[in-house]
Amino acid sequence: MNSLIDQLLVLVMLLNFLGLATSRMHLAIRTVAFQGVILGLLSGITHSLTLHLALITGGIIFAKGFFIPWLLFRAMRRVEIREEVEPFLSHTATLLLGAIATALAFAFAAKLPLIPEHQGLLFVPAAIATIITGFLVLTTRKKAITQVIGYLILENGIFIFGLLLSEVMPVMVEAGVLLDLIVGIFVMGIIINQISREFSSMDTSRLTVLREEQ
Amino acid sequence: MVDMIIHLLLVCTMPPLLLGIIGKSKAAFAGRSGPPYLQSYYDLARLFRKGMVLSGTTTWLFRAGPIITLATTLAASLLIPLGNHPPPVSFQGDMILFAYLLALGRFATILAALDTGSSFEGMGSAREATYACLTEPTLFFSLIVLARLTGSLSLAGMLTGPLGAVWATSGASLLLLVAALFILLLAENCRIPFDDPTTHLELTMIHEVMTLDHSGPLLGCVQYGAALKLFVLGAFFIQIALPLRSGDGMTDWGLFIASMFLLAIVIGTVESTMARLRLTRVPQLLIGGSILSAFALLLILR
Repeated sequence: MNSLIDQLLVLVMLLNFLGLATSRMHLAIRTVAFQGVILGLLSGITHSLTLHLALITGGIIFAKGFFIPWLLFRAMRRVEIREEVEPFLSHTATLLLGAIATALAFAFAAKLPLIPEHQGLLFVPAAIATIITGFLVLTTRKKAITQVIGYLILENGIFIFGLLLSEVMPVMVEAGVLLDLIVGIFVMGIIINQISREFSSMDTSRLTVLREEQ
Repeated sequence: MVDMIIHLLLVCTMPPLLLGIIGKSKAAFAGRSGPPYLQSYYDLARLFRKGMVLSGTTTWLFRAGPIITLATTLAASLLIPLGNHPPPVSFQGDMILFAYLLALGRFATILAALDTGSSFEGMGSAREATYACLTEPTLFFSLIVLARLTGSLSLAGMLTGPLGAVWATSGASLLLLVAALFILLLAENCRIPFDDPTTHLELTMIHEVMTLDHSGPLLGCVQYGAALKLFVLGAFFIQIALPLRSGDGMTDWGLFIASMFLLAIVIGTVESTMARLRLTRVPQLLIGGSILSAFALLLILR
């Protein structure tokens, strides 16, 4: 069982790289969605099956894998966002940074004083690597919608940490987190709409310009 | 002794056939009948019968380039085990020699291209050198991973050893390795999506552009060397991806030949289903390959 979990976590980390490397918006959103589905499955197989767990698993797969991507795709269609991801830093550079971050995450996780049953697992390095990847996507991409994607990857990383605790984590907390996430995406969608109406572009670097568009 | 003769025989005769199979599978995808399987042999025979035209600005470097490339690739082919049989030459650390024999061959090709003094060939050389820098980490990370997993420092020990058992214990990192090595195989042999071996569109050529000035027997050397390199790296890849072992010597040879044919068909499929990458995206994919192999190393070091 542990080896299956490890393979899935490796897949999550590979999806991080894909999310960093791709220059296609659709692929980036699908990557995050796929990551969400894997995380849902992970929460299902990590612990013994209960009603509480089944609810969490179903909710997560639905929210992360289908509902949020649907919202993002809808926002893309509405605002007619161009397919190309525009980075501040080149894709290659962010990919290398992501790889270094992943290596450092492994080194850091080996140093952490974990309880013995979590020692050999990939959970902690995968969580740290995914969080840093989320930060990288958040900070190096120009468009507001790619920043939402970065935020989602970041949340996925936090969720992997949460998996270690899911036995003691009440379903309400889990649901609250998901609800926050969806509300967050909604708000971001509205903001994206607003930005595009005011500035006729999704480029967040324009937000610091005080003068009106000439 | 018999194994060694079969090894040499395969190395000398099989490479052009792989090109024929790739050509046939591409033709099958396009709905054509395609050139015969032995077309590459006819081409080589024709080239070796022809005379040579040498540019007045070239020196001996230009003539030595294809010969050195062919010689180094042949030497590298002696180090690689085929099927479950030990190679003719094997010693501790021969993987480094293997990597740098291939690099030396590339260096000779680049020198020969620069020697013509054509700016066009200089451009191709610059591209080839850049891509070589990006693929070398992949090869070395893979070799380190294999050395670590099998506990052997020679190619023979790594590839004929207990790879089947290694697949069972650390399948995830080997899978990453196979993906990275497939990228390496396609990039090193200038196949689609990295380079189109049949293209004559000037701005996108990499390997072909460096051999524009070669003609006759020298061009034959270049083409045979390219086919041999595909065979050598393909054998290396197949050993890791499909470590089939039957125990019987002759059956192992048959398995090896069948899996090489399979690899050629897979390459043909990739070439017919994928478009060539934009030139600026190629380094990104190569770095992606390096990262995959580095990640494989990270997983087994943990």
